[in-house]
Amino acid sequence: MYQFELETAKSPDTLRRIVIEPVSRVEGHGKVTILLDDDNKVHQVRLHIVEFRGFEKFIEGRPYWEVPVLVQRLCGICPVSHHLAASKAMDMIVGGAQLTPTAEKIRRLMHYGQMLQSHALHFFHLSSPDLLFGFDSDVAKRNIVGVAAANPDVAKKGVLLRKFGQEVIRVTSGKRVHGTGSVPGGVNKALTPEERDYLLKDADQMVAWSRDAVRIIKQLHRQNAALYDSFGLVPSTMMSLVGPGGELDFYHGALRAKDKDGEAIFDQVSYQGYNTLLTEGVKSWSYMKFPYITALGDENGWYKVGPLARIQNCDSIPTPLAEEERKEFEAYGNGKPQHASLAFHWARMIEMLCAAETIKSLLVDDDMLGRDLVASGPRRSEGIGVIEAPRGTLFHHYRVDDDDLVTYANLIVSTTNNNTAMNVAVREVAKKYLSGRELTEGLLNHIEVAIRCFDPCLSCATHALGKMPLEVSLVDAGGTVIHRLTKGEDGEIRS
Amino acid sequence: MTVAPTLIFGWGNPSRGDDALGPLLLDRVEALLPDHPEWGAVDLLTDFQLQVEHALDLDGRERVLFVDASAATADAPYGVSAVAPARDSSFTTHALSPQGVLHVYEEVRAKPPPPCHLLAIAGEAFELGSPLSGGATANLEDALAWTCRWLSQPRG
Repeated sequence: MYQFELETAKSPDTLRRIVIEPVSRVEGHGKVTILLDDDNKVHQVRLHIVEFRGFEKFIEGRPYWEVPVLVQRLCGICPVSHHLAASKAMDMIVGGAQLTPTAEKIRRLMHYGQMLQSHALHFFHLSSPDLLFGFDSDVAKRNIVGVAAANPDVAKKGVLLRKFGQEVIRVTSGKRVHGTGSVPGGVNKALTPEERDYLLKDADQMVAWSRDAVRIIKQLHRQNAALYDSFGLVPSTMMSLVGPGGELDFYHGALRAKDKDGEAIFDQVSYQGYNTLLTEGVKSWSYMKFPYITALGDENGWYKVGPLARIQNCDSIPTPLAEEERKEFEAYGNGKPQHASLAFHWARMIEMLCAAETIKSLLVDDDMLGRDLVASGPRRSEGIGVIEAPRGTLFHHYRVDDDDLVTYANLIVSTTNNNTAMNVAVREVAKKYLSGRELTEGLLNHIEVAIRCFDPCLSCATHALGKMPLEVSLVDAGGTVIHRLTKGEDGEIRS
Repeated sequence: MTVAPTLIFGWGNPSRGDDALGPLLLDRVEALLPDHPEWGAVDLLTDFQLQVEHALDLDGRERVLFVDASAATADAPYGVSAVAPARDSSFTTHALSPQGVLHVYEEVRAKPPPPCHLLAIAGEAFELGSPLSGGATANLEDALAWTCRWLSQPRG
């Protein structure tokens, strides 16, 4: 495959190696390796994903009707995304892809609830420490507790927004975790009037707090435009689902891609043809694939997905407040797409506002109380389901045999779609901020900030106590460790 | 909604080998509840990992037991420790530590959290699709026995 700038050093054995493992405040296990020469000049930077294995084997051989529940265990952060993408694929298996109005709206409510809680967590608790305190700030401040101490109101809103989203998921999926609400061909429950009223009483507050969040990130952006417009700049193609009218839609639609200048590459392409439209490239140094648009090749066909792509790919947002914000976002770029990684946060908060507004409008829709829950039709042997998960486009593809067992599974998760873009962003930041300078914890955090913009979900790794040390090692050309720093679960850094 | 005075919160991914220890302990306790009315009302909650919103699950509790798998061999077969709110610099996360959850509780509710303990059950293997290891199975039994004793103690 094509080799990007700083992807592979000419003489790696002669260089010092910095390892950041795992990347903090992202899901699962990620590792960044940086090769430096004696003058601290950066020669190679790679983001490795070390846990993305075995998903398909975990699913193959299982009965198809188990899959929507089973796949939730692939990821503890966005289980609902897998639940719904697998359900959409299995809808095709049971001939029920045309859902009843109640089933589709219940699923949408579940999905938008997840979008709200996921984006709230990311902004208020994972990224706001960097944004509010600065990338070089005291490490003890750069976390949720630091935010709570300095900004109790922000932290509290984040907790309650997150809790509301979780309650939407609980009500629609039947349980707080491992829900069974979505089934092949539909859903297994609608809302009761009591459940609707329970959620509705807080819906206006969630919209208001989401608007506040957009205001915060806009203010941060404008206050430090030089940084926000340039940090982790990754001009690239953007891909997402859009609705039939080009509108933002997280649950269903067709694929649209625009180039870095905002010109259409393709539009309204059915995701049923994803496996010819896209190629899943492989590199020897990474377990995670590097997808690209087949027609453009691996050098030019890579793309980014997620909030920044979605907000700039769509022509409109169906909810009024979020649409107003989208137009302001668009105007900020003077008609040109924004590609700086920190712009992900602004786009993410516009999406959170859209999710809050959509939840409110769904809750007053009488279809939510309907009784026609499941559709069916001629049995098929193959199904493909795609949704826009919080982190971007998520593909699930299955084949099922006559005994109802899954014989083939292929998943392209959102973080995989962003693999090349994240690597390019990390290299850009390393080149700009690290190269030629004495390394500090704050400088290394710049790398993590760039990765966090994408909100990668590096698979649901275990979170057992003691499993997640951060280790930074400086190794000389002979492989001897010259210096090592570790950060324990208590956050204390030891040398 | 009625809140039980005792909460046991176990977390982990049931399909990742010994990471299932927390949820499995809850299953075992749930099966014992009908035979032990003297324990009083007990809420059993589970999730993949601890997060900020779980601070709100502490409302109205008199005692809380957090349960997780532990990859630290020093915890074998299990370890118990009191948990206090702490300015947790947890870096991992999408997943908070129990200390961090308690600190969020203090910030959001502006009062101290209820008494909390952490039960860390030693595990060995955490791969996706792996079954519970033999060592973890034995450790689960020991941890369950301790939990029964903890539940038998007077609250407060």
